[in-house]
Amino acid sequence: MKPTDTNDPEFFHKIVDCQYACPAHTPVPEYIRLIAQQRYSDAYLINWESNVFPGVLGRTCDRPCEPACRRGRVEEEPVAICRLKRVAADYKDDITARLPKAGKPNGKKIALIGGGPASLTVARDLAPLGYELHLYDAQSTAGGFMRSEIPSFRLPAEVLDEEVGYVLDMGVHTHFDTYVDSMAEILDKDYDAVFVGCGAPRGRDLPNLPGRQEADANIHIGLDWLSNVAFDHIDKIGKRVIVLGGGNTAMDCCRTSRRMGGEDVKVIVRSPYADMKASPWEKEDAVHEGIPILDNHVPMEFVVEKGKLVGMKFDKVEAVYHKDGRRELVSTGEEPAFYPCDDVLIAIGQENAFPWIEDSTGIRFTSWGTPIINDDETFQSTRKDVFFGGDAAFGPSNIITAVAHGHKAAVSIDLYCQGKQLSKRPAPGVTLVSQKMGIHEWSYDSVPTDDKRVAVPLVDLKEALSSRDLEVELGFDPQAAFVQAERCLNCDAQTVFTSGNCIECDACADICPTSCINFTQNGEEEELRQRLMVPAENLEQDLYVSETLPSGKVLVKDEDVCLHCGLCAERCPTAAWDMQKFLYSMAKATPDLMVIK
Amino acid sequence: MSYIKPKFRHPRLQKNALGFTVADYDGAISTLCAGCGHDSISAAIRNACFESAIPPHRIAKVSGIGCSSKMPTYFLGKSHGFNSVHGRMPSVATGASLANRALTYIGVSGDGDTASIGMGQFIHLIRRNVNMTYIVANNGCYGLTKGQDSATADLGSVAKGGAVNPFDGIDLASLAILQGASFVGRSFSGDKEQLEPLIRAAMAHNGFAFIDVVSPCVTFNNHTGSTKSYSNTREHLEPMALDFVPMREEIRTQYAEGSTQSVTLHDGSVIHLHKADSGYKTDDRMGALNAIQSGNDADRILTGLLYLDPNSKDLNTNLNLATRPLNELGRRELCPGSKVLDSINEGLR
Repeated sequence: MKPTDTNDPEFFHKIVDCQYACPAHTPVPEYIRLIAQQRYSDAYLINWESNVFPGVLGRTCDRPCEPACRRGRVEEEPVAICRLKRVAADYKDDITARLPKAGKPNGKKIALIGGGPASLTVARDLAPLGYELHLYDAQSTAGGFMRSEIPSFRLPAEVLDEEVGYVLDMGVHTHFDTYVDSMAEILDKDYDAVFVGCGAPRGRDLPNLPGRQEADANIHIGLDWLSNVAFDHIDKIGKRVIVLGGGNTAMDCCRTSRRMGGEDVKVIVRSPYADMKASPWEKEDAVHEGIPILDNHVPMEFVVEKGKLVGMKFDKVEAVYHKDGRRELVSTGEEPAFYPCDDVLIAIGQENAFPWIEDSTGIRFTSWGTPIINDDETFQSTRKDVFFGGDAAFGPSNIITAVAHGHKAAVSIDLYCQGKQLSKRPAPGVTLVSQKMGIHEWSYDSVPTDDKRVAVPLVDLKEALSSRDLEVELGFDPQAAFVQAERCLNCDAQTVFTSGNCIECDACADICPTSCINFTQNGEEEELRQRLMVPAENLEQDLYVSETLPSGKVLVKDEDVCLHCGLCAERCPTAAWDMQKFLYSMAKATPDLMVIK
Repeated sequence: MSYIKPKFRHPRLQKNALGFTVADYDGAISTLCAGCGHDSISAAIRNACFESAIPPHRIAKVSGIGCSSKMPTYFLGKSHGFNSVHGRMPSVATGASLANRALTYIGVSGDGDTASIGMGQFIHLIRRNVNMTYIVANNGCYGLTKGQDSATADLGSVAKGGAVNPFDGIDLASLAILQGASFVGRSFSGDKEQLEPLIRAAMAHNGFAFIDVVSPCVTFNNHTGSTKSYSNTREHLEPMALDFVPMREEIRTQYAEGSTQSVTLHDGSVIHLHKADSGYKTDDRMGALNAIQSGNDADRILTGLLYLDPNSKDLNTNLNLATRPLNELGRRELCPGSKVLDSINEGLR
């Protein structure tokens, strides 16, 4: 193999598994260390710079970081990254004075359609540069899906208001209660660019299932129903509720039903339990609240008696997996199962719909109904001054993805407004600094702790179910947060090898607790991986290969389960190994928005 | 400085025949200087015991005084150990071997502990052919007292302070062969590919097995002019490769005709010697002494298995002692009573 090019920031970036997996590339180990140091405000601001809604995400994020966490590969459970983020938000001081202000007007006007996380991120990134930002939303307040679809027992309105407020307070012109029904009209208003972040607002229905029309009064589209609950248009539901669907929206629907008068609430889903789209912890939370999840049931019919819904019939199926990965749900041939109910909530997915964007605007759509977008870096549509982001761009995803889209779209809008090429994008901000404090001493807690992950404490179940607004999770207290924060392995403290210094004493290979370090003859990657002390079978993790050393061997380090404990560097007599903190900041329209010392 | 080795190990560590991983053979974290050759020897001993699947509680580590003699703390944390007086480890090892012949004994010593203060004990340990593996971590200097030349420092080697050594060093390998050691090897701490099988073979050998390991002192003897630095040792190394196949494993590797020499040990284990130097015979004492001397003359450090007598009789056998370890004998066997004493006395009249 060729020597690893450590000048390519992506090599070390990939080693920080959590940050790499995060769509917005939040520097997770950096803020977790700050939490352990009780520097909650700094931890919050690092988050805010990168993901704009730390308090919201600390409660609701889909957490792509946690399955990626290295701790999950050396122990059972990953670091409780998401809930630590909430700790930063819970215990921070008033940070308003440290937030950036709107920049000196630069004469450019931008329209933002929809007040969700994508639009708000674009606004946050562009405001310090002096853009005049106009935010349109059909509701009376901003937040988008974060407000309408996430029940307040998971995300209290104050938390959302605070973080939405931080953005709007940067001089954003809001046009609330304004439903945009014509893109052409917006374009006529002479904006320099338009960002569409209106989400994917239509919940899917089952229009052709028998009984759908007759039982319409008791059948609700999950997303609309949640939104109606959030805006107090609805305050109760029948005692017996069936929720159709297996995603996170279905979980929100069933748990909300329990708080709206539903006593016998069931989730019924087509796929096997393991295949459900809902996050494992969201399924667990629903089960904890006494909600059974019945899998392998395909809806057949809404059963109506005397013009009223009385239940549903399901065909029981089995999942058959074909060699090409295709899944087929095959009927077991049993009698259809009947479940009585008073109301049905349909939460089986979302559809994109842009009826308000006229053909004449030049904005084109795919056959799936999503806009044709230049690529997932620029987010530019087929009309050069219109950009898409969030669920509006590629269909339903999650908040953190919408934020990441927002960052990229803001860069594109800024480049576009300056008349620059969108393809010439700014590089990420990268620093790599030695953490050596003295002989064999590092500036971070290098010894991994043995503590296990613990769950966040919850309020009493009875109390929780009695209120729609009472937040179920209590959050970690500072002591628990410290223990959980110390579980972080500091993967951003990189093991950096300088081959010219190495005397091949083997001290690093001997001390490495997880047998990552090898001195061996070079070879082709596939063969080399097998030849290491412990074969490097996790192909998603790279090998770190040095220049050829004086003995003719090379250093090969399998990055898979490196603990970043620094022992290799401590045992190195010549400082060929050094622990260096790698800080990676995704390119944003306003660089260095936050400087944490 | 970290004094704790993290608990976590690679989740896919291989297991040996006993179901142990190499981590089960770990000791405490080393307090020797970073980069010390001794730590590499510790790791080689650990790996050898793991590979040979010796139960850790059936091993006893013995040592004297010095940097080298601290080593047993840093490997085999679940084995027996005795850290004895300076140069007096051979007495302890001899006694231990007589008391319990069933354990595997690993003695770790240094050039000072063996070639200076302990020479008188060392030579008798060889003479008595105590069944043990005796490893000298040889760095040619007294690292614990700031690097003065030791008795094994080579003639002309330059100390860190600039003084040139005016004396000829003691060659422990030649000395051991001359004194009749039944297994003599030499290796380099930076060559685990050779050192590990050598230690495994030494542990399988029935009798006294001596391995002299060049182990650079990274703090006081790793500079230009030192003959026992990492770079100088590598430059002058003349390694003879070997493989060790323990008795219970079948021989899978096919060696080309004439490229190797096989030696079978008393327990059925086989050592395969790869002929770097064609015609080298491990059972030829004179030849071995000659080869070492010719190497020295040519400024080469000959390493590998230098001499082996697979049919040697160890101390327990020679003294015709009970085949069961003394510590397993009951009171009746140890004190058979006045009748037996009378009959012995009768036989002597």
